[in-house]
Amino acid sequence: MQRTVLLAVSLALAAAVGSALAAPVNYKTPDEVAAFKPGPNLEVVQGNCTACHSSDYINTQPPMKDKKAFWQAEVTKMIQVYGAPIDDADVGKIVDYLAATY
Amino acid sequence: MFDRRDLLKGAGLAAMAATLNSTKALALDTVTLPFANGERPLVKYPQKRAMIGLTSRPPQLETPFAVFNDGPLTPNNAFFVRYHLSDLPYNLDPDKFTLEVKGKVDKPLRLSLRDIRKMKATEIVAVNQCSGNSRGFFEPRVAGGQLANGAMGCARWRGVPLKTVLEMAGVQSGARQVTFNGMDGPVSDKTPDFIKALDLDHATDGEVMLAYGMNGEDLPFLNGFPLRLVVPGYYGTYWVKHLNEITVIDSVYDGFWMKSAYRIPDTPNNAIEPGTTPKATIPINRFTIRSFITSIHDGAKLKAGAVTLRGIAFDGGKGIKEVQVSTDGGKTWTSAKLGKDLGKYAFREWKLPVKLAAGTVELKVRATGNGGETQPDTPRWNPAGYLRNVVETVRVSVA
Repeated sequence: MQRTVLLAVSLALAAAVGSALAAPVNYKTPDEVAAFKPGPNLEVVQGNCTACHSSDYINTQPPMKDKKAFWQAEVTKMIQVYGAPIDDADVGKIVDYLAATY
Repeated sequence: MFDRRDLLKGAGLAAMAATLNSTKALALDTVTLPFANGERPLVKYPQKRAMIGLTSRPPQLETPFAVFNDGPLTPNNAFFVRYHLSDLPYNLDPDKFTLEVKGKVDKPLRLSLRDIRKMKATEIVAVNQCSGNSRGFFEPRVAGGQLANGAMGCARWRGVPLKTVLEMAGVQSGARQVTFNGMDGPVSDKTPDFIKALDLDHATDGEVMLAYGMNGEDLPFLNGFPLRLVVPGYYGTYWVKHLNEITVIDSVYDGFWMKSAYRIPDTPNNAIEPGTTPKATIPINRFTIRSFITSIHDGAKLKAGAVTLRGIAFDGGKGIKEVQVSTDGGKTWTSAKLGKDLGKYAFREWKLPVKLAAGTVELKVRATGNGGETQPDTPRWNPAGYLRNVVETVRVSVA
């Protein structure tokens, strides 16, 4: 354990000195742990939404009264505004999943 | 379990502790923000202390509110993070970084970081606040990043005035706006790149800054390393990070992030009836005036008797004239003592000794700016969840 710690410190030091000399930043974010909740058409949602953003974008949205209208508007925004390449056949499935699950 | 930062400190190398390549997501706690569906993980990113995690890709981090009681300058490792698009320049090389200045200029420029650092530096203490700060408190709720009050911070920014660089390039007659693009971009080329614009007279006011320094250090990566725009008094959406492209144009920029996003109702107070749609909108601009109690959190249990309340206030650049505090739910108000003036764009600290009697007490705080602007008693509403500045209330039980 002690050896590992020392190794970690020297590696950290090497990296710190390196960055002081303006090497590439090599910034590493923590592993993405957020996941979509289980629900109908989950695989369609994973296949379409996660290309551009993590699932916590969805998970943190407020509980709305009219879930279907809210999520329909969000999916439409993703397609029309942000250019998400979602097949017409998948739009309804995604909205159903979101309205049923979040 | 040991803390690697402490080990490094022990080796006398605290300054180097902010290595950028620790990969382990540390299992931390969760916090619950005070609105429905407000549970968030506390997350640890390189160069950051434990922060409230909003989203992970792209990363968005909120400052735990207790940090604002520690002083008027928000530490770099606690400063909030907001991105729009997921393709971040994680591996940018500061030696190869260049800032391009082009468009309606006589002499297009390509400046290295070294070039910029060699120029005469200026400093300004200024608040940066996300347009959507406090969106989670909107009622009715609106879509978007569901933040409590921690998407704000105040730092001492160091860099060069944008005006100087534009003068070097020689702005041509007929120029109307200046656009700003950073190295972060969309995953899909169909997604509009994040580009913002300022009117030329604003861009050349001498205050808008190309900043490389923050509180005496380099910008943290997630706050825009190696260079970001600082637009004092204006919402964070204009403070473009990883800034590498400035273009002078002879029109009003009509890209998505100006023309469609970050708009507020074109009404007095920029508010509309809750739940409705505005008839006309304008780009979001200056901060509304706000104030907070930082020394006591909502729901706290206090002993009856004397206590000194503390907090912060700020506005869009007129500066804070007065902060008043009420300990009886808004019936009577007392002026607080203002702290050191760090400039009209900075957090202004305030404090007030009060005596609290037993019972349930509503503490309120209200700032007034040098321009006469003050905070409303009831929240103003707009569909994007911007500009929140209602008088804040902290409820405590005193025994």
